[in-house]
Amino acid sequence: MDDPLIIAGREFRSRLVTGTGGAANLSVLERALVASGTELTTVAMRRVDAAGQTGVLELLRRLGIDVLPNTAGCRTSAEAVLTAQLAREALETNWVKLEVVHDEETLLPDPVELLDAAERLVLDGFVVLPYTNDDPVLARKLEDVGCATVMPLGSPIGTGLGIRNPHNIELITSRASVPVVLDAGIGTASDAALAMELGCSAVLLATAVTRAQDPERMAAAMRCAVEGGRLARLAGRIPQRFWAQASSPGL
Amino acid sequence: MRAQVNGTTRELTEGTSVAAVVELMGAPEKGVAVALDGAVVPRALWDTTTVPDGGVVEVLTAVQGG
Repeated sequence: MDDPLIIAGREFRSRLVTGTGGAANLSVLERALVASGTELTTVAMRRVDAAGQTGVLELLRRLGIDVLPNTAGCRTSAEAVLTAQLAREALETNWVKLEVVHDEETLLPDPVELLDAAERLVLDGFVVLPYTNDDPVLARKLEDVGCATVMPLGSPIGTGLGIRNPHNIELITSRASVPVVLDAGIGTASDAALAMELGCSAVLLATAVTRAQDPERMAAAMRCAVEGGRLARLAGRIPQRFWAQASSPGL
Repeated sequence: MRAQVNGTTRELTEGTSVAAVVELMGAPEKGVAVALDGAVVPRALWDTTTVPDGGVVEVLTAVQGG
């Protein structure tokens, strides 16, 4: 079935966007990325002398996976804008996963700084994919300033708590005219399937795969879950009923 | 003269270019970007841009994350 994901005019066969953080080493990461089938993967920008791990760009290039730089670690609009501009210069892409978090304990987006940064980056010619709260009003405002997607969290980054407010996600997907990507909080395959059933166009996850006991197998599970959830959404589920309804004919 | 390079104070000779600082840091060939005093220095200007006394240089690259 031909059902591509389209973000800012670019077509993807896979609806799973992955992060590269948390993997034990590049070889584990490589096997997980291949098993996930992803075509778009995030990287972070860090000082050269503090980078520690290198080689992730070469790996992504070899696997033919597009790079999506993020602004992880930024707390203000100004920091995020500069980081995005540096990423554009370093990686020769005008795509950015915009993250502006408020504090280390929650890693929740700072909505005021986020919206300001989104607006500035769109004006500067970026394709902006903002990591946002599961707030339908903020999602609408991000779309209004020209973001290419909205990417609400299911729950805080790295918690694996799944989708804590499915109704809010459904409110967002029901009136968005850009793709909605469920970003953060995915713990296991059923969470990814639920995101798609709620009308999300894609799922972005990292920790759930990279820190799983078997990252390669979990990546394959996520791939299947996203495909399954998407198919279920398109198929149209049955309405929920209070009383039983026999599926066999009466005697 | 002195400049802050990735958070560390370094003694640099007068007229040191951004390109020279990048080389000093042992940065990889590709996937690197530089900010000088809070603004991006495009790669094409690395050779001709000199780091001023008291300048703040950030040399960044992509790492696993997100």
